[in-house]
Amino acid sequence: MSKHLVATAAALTTTLAVAACSVGGGSGDGSSSASTGAASESGSASPTTGGEIALVTHDSWNADKELLAAFTKQTGVTVKVAASGDAGEVTNKLVLAKDAPTGDVVFGIDNTFASRAAEAGILEPYAARLPQGADAHVLDGEAGKVLTPIDYGDVCVNVDKAWFAAKNKTAPTTLNDLVKPEYKDLFVTPGAATSSPGMAFLLATIGNYGEDGWEDYWHSLKSNGVKLTSGWTDAYSVDFSGGEGKGPRPIVLSYSTSPAFTVPEGGGGSTTEALLDTCFRQVEYAGVIKGAKNPSGAKAFIDFMLGKDFQAALPDSMYMYPVDSSAKLPAEWTKWAKTSPKPIEVSPEDIAKNRTTWLKQWADVTSG
Amino acid sequence: MSVAARGARVRRGALSGTGPGLVLLALLPLAFLAVFFLLPVGGMLLRGLAPDGALDLSGFAEGLSGRRIQRVIGLTLAQALIASAISVLLGVPVAYALYRLRFPGRGLLRAMVVMPFVMPTVVVGVAFRTLLSEGGPLGSLGLDGTWAAIIAGLVFFNISVVVRTVGAAWEGLDTRAEESAASLGATPLEVLRTITLPSLLPAILSAASVVFLFCATAFGVVLTMGGLKYGTVETEIYLQTAHFLDLRTAAVLSVVQLIVVLALLALVARLRARSEHPQRRIGASAAARRPRRGDWPALAVTAAVAAYVLAPVSSLVIRSLHRDGRWTLANYRALGTTGDGNALLVPVWEALRNSFAIAVDATLIALVLGLVVAIIVSRHPRAPLARRGQAFFDSAFMLPLGVSAVTVGFGFLITLNHPPLDLRSSSILVPIAQATVALPLVVRTLAPVLRSIDDRLRQAAMVLGASPWRALLTVDLPTVWRPLLAAAGFAMAVSLGEFGATAFLARPDMPTLPVVVFRLIGRPGGDNFGMAMAASVVLTVVTVAIMGLVERLRISAVGTF
Repeated sequence: MSKHLVATAAALTTTLAVAACSVGGGSGDGSSSASTGAASESGSASPTTGGEIALVTHDSWNADKELLAAFTKQTGVTVKVAASGDAGEVTNKLVLAKDAPTGDVVFGIDNTFASRAAEAGILEPYAARLPQGADAHVLDGEAGKVLTPIDYGDVCVNVDKAWFAAKNKTAPTTLNDLVKPEYKDLFVTPGAATSSPGMAFLLATIGNYGEDGWEDYWHSLKSNGVKLTSGWTDAYSVDFSGGEGKGPRPIVLSYSTSPAFTVPEGGGGSTTEALLDTCFRQVEYAGVIKGAKNPSGAKAFIDFMLGKDFQAALPDSMYMYPVDSSAKLPAEWTKWAKTSPKPIEVSPEDIAKNRTTWLKQWADVTSG
Repeated sequence: MSVAARGARVRRGALSGTGPGLVLLALLPLAFLAVFFLLPVGGMLLRGLAPDGALDLSGFAEGLSGRRIQRVIGLTLAQALIASAISVLLGVPVAYALYRLRFPGRGLLRAMVVMPFVMPTVVVGVAFRTLLSEGGPLGSLGLDGTWAAIIAGLVFFNISVVVRTVGAAWEGLDTRAEESAASLGATPLEVLRTITLPSLLPAILSAASVVFLFCATAFGVVLTMGGLKYGTVETEIYLQTAHFLDLRTAAVLSVVQLIVVLALLALVARLRARSEHPQRRIGASAAARRPRRGDWPALAVTAAVAAYVLAPVSSLVIRSLHRDGRWTLANYRALGTTGDGNALLVPVWEALRNSFAIAVDATLIALVLGLVVAIIVSRHPRAPLARRGQAFFDSAFMLPLGVSAVTVGFGFLITLNHPPLDLRSSSILVPIAQATVALPLVVRTLAPVLRSIDDRLRQAAMVLGASPWRALLTVDLPTVWRPLLAAAGFAMAVSLGEFGATAFLARPDMPTLPVVVFRLIGRPGGDNFGMAMAASVVLTVVTVAIMGLVERLRISAVGTF
């Protein structure tokens, strides 16, 4: 009798294997990497050539297929993208998988996680040749040696101008304004513990009011009726009056680029505006992963991300500003999506040192 | 237990397969579980509790004495208990109405009740919050961001588990015992209490425990509806792992989660052992009848549940048909594109195709493994050791539902990193992860039915010269055929709607529909938002259609037996 069951087990195993193939085999590796990898050393014109690289990045990664194809053509290197989570998850996954890294190059570690990445020793030093204007974003110390700035964006409080105009009221302009009685129950922001823009806003308040003042500020925000959501989508698309959901609140935490997306068809100005005195700047970096199988391919990819084509595509693909200050921006951006002339700053070392404490304190203030 | 059933228990077991063949068969799902669940979870726990190689348990004393942690554990238990209780209370009458009664629109209602189960959490969160937020139609209830809203969300997602699991069992239940009791003068309520509910208890317990595990590990709903204020063990593990990288605290919480889950499974196994006995099963069409006057409470509950399910769904449909304040199909036309500003890497239709291909694989894996597990746990071995082994086996496959997806996902990263198991960048992990989630549902749908088959039937077959394999084919298969199709539909729905693990594992060039929806909804621009709504509607319709098709197959299959 056991013979029958063994046969059954074998049949089941085969079924499983077949099932495995229909997905695993169908997609392959998305490239013919094995063959190019072996042949490329001699075959390509570029010195940093050949093979395949695995790019570890966040959910927001978005690059045109043609752009990546151009990179492969230039260098002979094919790019395999592995994306998941936000900047924090990307960093933490690399830290966890340090002994057996999952990729060659990482993009998306931001200034709030830069120190953790540098301290954990998950990256190789690399000094890329930077385009004009990128110097301003280079980090100090160890982090500066391993992380290359690629793009940046400002997280700012946004207001629904149309709402305030219709009510004949003045919109707020500063963080201080948000705790004034005339703006009671009008502000919605994603929470710092669950959302990276939410975290950026917490950092803006810490940078602005200092270690000793930010908790008081949050107490005031709370008594002034701030609404906390878990993510940006919820805040902007459900509660914000200027968003898709036409919610009840005219003040929201979003990006400095958001007003470019609320320009009504048929002209007129944007119906919303970013308050440039309330911004925290997020800079996104790339780095070569320690233990990379193809470090030269990784370096070539960082160079490529700093190149003209990739930099110019950033606003459309990832809604970020290129670090290359000579890159051309879309027309709506130059008009409606200005960056803050003076963003609020907190040093990456301070963030790395205090992140957990701050978040716990923040959670106590806001849920107490 | 009836006299007949007791008699059966005394005689049962002599010939039923508990020999080496069954043990060999058990190796297949066990190996699957070991590699794709125990290994990664064990790896994470080791990292957290023994970072330098030496076990350090001081984290427990520190971690568990914290007020916040205690509150989190309390909230998790309360939330899961209340939500599963409500789901059962509402789900059982609906199961009755949809599986025991025959009325026009029943098929549609059956399909509708399943919809929430497959809808992406993010989207349902937005739909729910649109209704409940200050300016929404139900804003005056003041429920937005409250604990009640979380419970409402959990019930919304899980009620279909109860309806389908209990419905599948109810549908095949022999009505003659009920009829005899009624003709002997029992009131309908007495019949329900003394005959029907006891027979359904195994199925109800199964459903309730699955729902409890789903609720206890709910993540997206909890965060969207209540934020961190009502953090649960699951959200806390996520924060500690993904954001604070405090693996010690995460490991302590994971162990707490495991203990709760194991305690629950032990309790359910004990309750079930007392409630199960062989039953006569009949075809579906014979049992269903037209509603009578006494059925109105069940019908009323069904109507209320249908309305409850429809409200967020219709707000979703309406928003998918709007762009810039006007009615339009533009959002649906956009599904062939990659969205405003190329928000996506592939058009939505291609993502749908990926979803479907992955779902077929996941369903196959879940069905094959689930059937093996169900066959093994439904045997009636006589040796106490074998019986204990069987109980262990049964619970083991429920574990993945009760353990944090974050722990498993990060565990993959640090354990499946050496050949031949370096699967971290392989796309096969996606259907495997989805199958792990669907597997307990498959087992829960099949096992109660298989268990209720009188073992004497198999014995009779073998006495008459049938091999065990042949007995399985002629005795078990005809009975399990319908639940098997139900399970297939369920597994498919789980796979199509799964987001947490898929988002963690799917490759960007091969995203599934829920992943694409999540991506669209997180992008600026009203066009992308509208597209996300349209894509969610498509996902829901496709899943409901597939499950409807499976239902249809079931009905025609009944005729052949």
